[in-house]
Amino acid sequence: MEDKIDVSVWRGTEQGEFRHYSVPRLASQTVLDVVTYIQRRLESSLAYRFACRVGMCGSCAMTVNGVARWTCRTHVEKVAPHGVLEIAPLSNLPVIRDLVCDMSSFFDKWARAEGHFHPTATRTDPIVRVQPDTPARRAADAGIECIGCAVCYASCDVVAWNADYLGPAALNRAWTLMNDERDSGGKVRLAAVSGDAGCHACHTHMSCTERCPKKIAPTAAIAGLKRATLAALLAGRL
Amino acid sequence: MSPRAQLQLWAAQRIGAAVLALCVTVHLATMIYAVRHGLSATAILDRTRDNWGWAGFYVLFVLAVSVHAPIGMRTICGEWLGLSGRAVDVVLAALGVALAAVGLRAVWAVFAS
Amino acid sequence: MLHRMSGILLTLFLPLHFWALGHALGGTAKLESFLIWTDQPLVKASEIAVVTLLAAHLAGGLRLLMLEFLAWRDWQQRLLAAAAGITVGFGLVYLLNVV
Repeated sequence: MEDKIDVSVWRGTEQGEFRHYSVPRLASQTVLDVVTYIQRRLESSLAYRFACRVGMCGSCAMTVNGVARWTCRTHVEKVAPHGVLEIAPLSNLPVIRDLVCDMSSFFDKWARAEGHFHPTATRTDPIVRVQPDTPARRAADAGIECIGCAVCYASCDVVAWNADYLGPAALNRAWTLMNDERDSGGKVRLAAVSGDAGCHACHTHMSCTERCPKKIAPTAAIAGLKRATLAALLAGRL
Repeated sequence: MSPRAQLQLWAAQRIGAAVLALCVTVHLATMIYAVRHGLSATAILDRTRDNWGWAGFYVLFVLAVSVHAPIGMRTICGEWLGLSGRAVDVVLAALGVALAAVGLRAVWAVFAS
Repeated sequence: MLHRMSGILLTLFLPLHFWALGHALGGTAKLESFLIWTDQPLVKASEIAVVTLLAAHLAGGLRLLMLEFLAWRDWQQRLLAAAAGITVGFGLVYLLNVV
């Protein structure tokens, strides 16, 4: 094991440059540990985001050696066996400063995909008992652990080509709600996810599914939306 | 173009694709069979002339491709060339009609000549 | 990417293909003379390329349709390998047949 890591970190906004830092190599070190070391010891003006450090909050995603990853649970050993790291902000999002992206377009698209719950009951109604083993509930469960880290969004070719495309995370969210039996927003949601900016723009390259740190398969969710919209179209409901 | 119309285009492209999947498989198999001893016009035309089965097959093939190809090109125009909008759609619709026209002419050529 | 490039090239090839078959309107001899022209090595090589492209587009398209329309299974992630296999298979069989 080398005793130093040669780290280049993006400094600046959309315009900027990589600056080099030398960071001591430690056992079980994560990429986030490296960035934190640089910010605390070498470059106090470095901007980056993190919160939980344990893979729950979804705020620390960055581009590590060209690949979008959650940095808090990415070991240096795994991605930089030769001790060379290049850390950049996520792709497909505007850079605010250094490693911090403006996530608004990402989350606005969740709203545009009708990614919120449309309730069918009120607080005075009894709590609905949802059977865990129905096919619909299983489909919802498959996608519900999304932490909104935008790794999929940054990895998606279609987002890079078509700025309006809703992206894997928003569509995955829409599909979990389509399979929520307590939700009544199905019709408006299918309309919202249709067309050139919606699920039909997906080319099934599967970068999102390959890169998702939570092992979710947004491609499967998007395929589900494609089938659901097609069925609705053929039935005259859309 | 409305999202619903875009969905219809997508559906048309995928239905076209499903038809083409069958047609292309048959077409590839026929080709491989036909070139065994080298291509000859007589052999081709013997197979196709006055043969309603092949004519029907190729009419379906041509129509499916005329639907499938321009819609695919529309996506590529939007994503790679940044071209979208009504003018592009009209040009691509014309491409579809043109493909169908020359394709059907070719089917007619090997059926009736 | 391969699916897209093969799609573009096939769309460009189609009018040529239709135009060639249109020769038959002028009689068997006309088509025959065209086919003799295609006997050149370069044209033969392009033909093999087009057939392989068609097979590639077919295989890629089948993969896509299966991913989109069949209920998702883990084995579907291996379809890419199957698609490559189909492509190479058709290309080779055609190649062996023409040479």
